[in-house]
Parts: sequence; C-alpha cells; structure tokens
Amino acid sequence: MYDQVSQNKRRSILLIAGFVVLVAAVAWAVTQLFALGPAGLVIALVIATATAFASYWKSDSVALAMSRAKPADPTTYARLHNLVEGLCIASGLPKPRVYVIDDIAPNAFATGRDPKHAAIAVTTGLLEKMNRVELEGVVAHELSHIKNYDILVSTLAVTMVGIIALVSDFAIRFMWWGGGRRNDNDRDGSGAGAIIAVVGFALLILSPLIAKIMQLAISRRREALADFSGVEMTRYPPGLISALEKLQADQTVVHSGSKATAHLWIEQPIARNEEEGRMSRFNRLFDTHPPLEERIAALREL
Amino acid sequence: MGIALIIIVVLIVLLVVILIAMYNGLVKLRNKVENAWAQIDVQLKRRYDLIPNLVETVKGYAAHERETLEAVIAARNSAMTAGTPQEQAQAENVLSGTLKSLFALSEAYPDLKANQNFLNLQEELTSSEDRIAYARQFYNDTVNRYNTKIQTFPSVVLAGAFNFKQREYFEAEGEATGPVHVQF
Repeated sequence: MYDQVSQNKRRSILLIAGFVVLVAAVAWAVTQLFALGPAGLVIALVIATATAFASYWKSDSVALAMSRAKPADPTTYARLHNLVEGLCIASGLPKPRVYVIDDIAPNAFATGRDPKHAAIAVTTGLLEKMNRVELEGVVAHELSHIKNYDILVSTLAVTMVGIIALVSDFAIRFMWWGGGRRNDNDRDGSGAGAIIAVVGFALLILSPLIAKIMQLAISRRREALADFSGVEMTRYPPGLISALEKLQADQTVVHSGSKATAHLWIEQPIARNEEEGRMSRFNRLFDTHPPLEERIAALREL
Repeated sequence: MGIALIIIVVLIVLLVVILIAMYNGLVKLRNKVENAWAQIDVQLKRRYDLIPNLVETVKGYAAHERETLEAVIAARNSAMTAGTPQEQAQAENVLSGTLKSLFALSEAYPDLKANQNFLNLQEELTSSEDRIAYARQFYNDTVNRYNTKIQTFPSVVLAGAFNFKQREYFEAEGEATGPVHVQF
C-alpha cells in the first residue's frame, strides 16, 4: 500500500515532466510550421510549465466543474455524508468534500491532490439505484483512490490531456485555414524546412494519441486495485460486487462524462461501441477501465 | 588521524539522528493508537445521544410498547456506566439487540415508519453502528501496525529500552463482529 503511494507520487512527477516536454515539442512543431522563431518556443515552455503547476493546485476544481458537480447538502444527502464519514473513520482519512452530480446514470469519482485536499462526487442516479451496502462499497472504492494517491495522478492527467487535445485540435485546424498562405514566404526555404514541417505535422497528429496512452497507463490496473482496498475498508465484498453488477446491468451513460475525465470514474462513462469486428480489439486497447466482468470475478475470489 | 576523528563524529551524529527519528516515530504511532481508542468512545457517545430522541419519537406512535422502549433505555444506561471494556462490550451487544427489536417493532406501525423524524433517526443510528464498527476496525489496524513495529528489528531495541508495551486488540464477541448492516 505504501509502495503504491510513493509510486503514484513518482508517476505524478514523471507525468508533469512528460507533459512539459510534450507541450514544448508541440510548441516547437507549431513554431516551425508557422515560422514564429525561438520566442514562440520560450513562450510555449513558460505556458506549459505554468499550466502544469496550475493543474497541480487546481485540477480538482477543473474535474468537478467539467462534470457539473455541486456540493452535497448534508441534510438532503445525510446517508451519503454518513457513509463517507464512517469509511473515513475506518481508514483514518480526513473527510473529503462531497459532491453530487445531477445525472441519472449511476457513477462516481474522486479527485484532488492529496487526502487533505480531496473531493468525491457521485451521481444522483447512483444514490437512487444503490442500496446502503452497495453505495458504501462504491464510496470505499473512491476513498481508496484518495488513500493511494491515485487521485493526484489521474486529476493531473485530466487537465494535461485536456490541454494537449485542445492545443493539437487548434493547431490542426489552424493549418487547414492558414497553411496556404505560409507556403509563399517559405518558398526560398530548403528541403530541411519541409522535413521539419513533416515532423511537426506528425507530432501534432500523434500528440492526442500520446496523451491517450499516458492516460491509460495510469488508469486500468488501478481500478482493480482500488476495488481490493475498498473491500479492505468495508470488509464486505458482496456490497461492492452487487454494486458493480448493477453498474453492469445499467445502460445509461453520464452526460457530463468526457474523454478527458473518463479515467476518473468508477465505471467507464463513455458509451462503448457494441459492434464486433476487426476494430473492437483495437478499441478495447483504448478503454480506460478493465471490463466489469473481470473486476467482479476478481472480487468473487476473495 | 584528523579525518578518522571526523568520520567517527559524523557516524555518531548520524546514529543519534536515526535513533531520535525512530523514537519519535514510535511515540507518534503510540499516540495514534490512543487516538483510535478515543475515537471509539466518541462514536459510542454519539449513539447514546441519539437513543433518547429515538425513544421519544417511537413513544408518540407506539406508547404501549413500553417493555421494548424501557429495555432500550436500560441497555443504554448500563452501557454508559459500564466500568471495564469487557463489561462495556457486553452492554453494547445488549443495546444493539434491543435496538434491533425496536426497529422490528416499527414494522407494525405504518405511521411511525413513514415519520420523517423516525427515518432520519434510523439513518443516524445505522450509520452510528457502522462508525462504531469502523472505529474499532481502525483501532485494531493501528494496534496491528504498532505491535508489529515494536516487535521487529530495529525498533524493537528502542521499544524495549523505553518501555513501549504491546497493545491489545479489540475483540468483539458473537454478533458484534462485523459492521451491523440494517437493511430497509
């Protein structure tokens, strides 16, 4: 467990470093393509570093705002608050902030940078569909993300992946519109200019993919791990098992779930293409969560 | 000569620093155990405070079920005044039992079951029972860490020298073993 914590902290640092390098590389590509000169690179580096640090301090608010989470009222949501407090006693954690998302799809996530600055959010659908024991299982799963510092890595990823996606989208679009004009003043440029442009173009196209892989690397195995440590908190595997089964049976999808926050949730919030075909294997590579059947089967073995 | 002296001094300073850190770690863990134990009492008290409210609410709907109500009050009072931890654990068990029969009773009174105040109290009591169980679980987990620490090398040396004693686990009997999940 403690290894898990230090591993997550190490990963966060790596993630920040990787992010800065990637953004700098994309920025370099942009400056090469649009002939902005070294000043552009410096500006981009400064922006990359600034956003990396800003996302350390503020990414929980970003994740919460992106999912339209609102603070849960302690009297209306007494049961939820009670469960969170009880499990915090069991795990020795400080009580995180509790949020509710108005959405019929049952789902939940945790965010923050450390246990003292953590928040957990559940949808109203989850509160409706789960009984007390099942809700407790889900809350314990989320609290173990907090305890293991999973939240730090994954919330950092939210803002970073979001920014990378945004920048590369922007750059690709910009190239469609502004590409023709640039060619005229670049005519005197040598073959090197063309190569640089190709490399830059490749980087632009690859960056969302790199971002995606970054997100996956930190997410899949940890869901199963959080299932186990959640059960260690409640000492009652059937609760989480039947919660996961309900999630499996449920077909509704969270409205405010986006690609950038997908890996935060207890169950993948994005609708999966059910079609079987050559692409389905490939698509599964990009799932942020292991299949629910596998997670349930693993819990049954306890 | 000079270099050897410096090395020895540095080593001694290093050793002292390590020992201080280890000692402080042990004290910290021991205080955690104390705190975890106190936390159980906090949660028990929360439950004692809820019970008079509950009994009053039930009285309004089912006043003639005096036996059950009095049993709950009596169990609460004896749990509050229990002397030794063993006595207390026993009284707590009795209290949990009487509460269970009180909630079973509510099945026969639809008005009571629909009462918002009663529902709130029921939720509070259920979560209270959970918290007591969780507080005990956390106490045991902390004791486990503390005991392991003072029994393993190298901290066992310091623990022996400064008289860090092993703590006992909280052991529940019979029904009180797990968290009490009341399902409605």
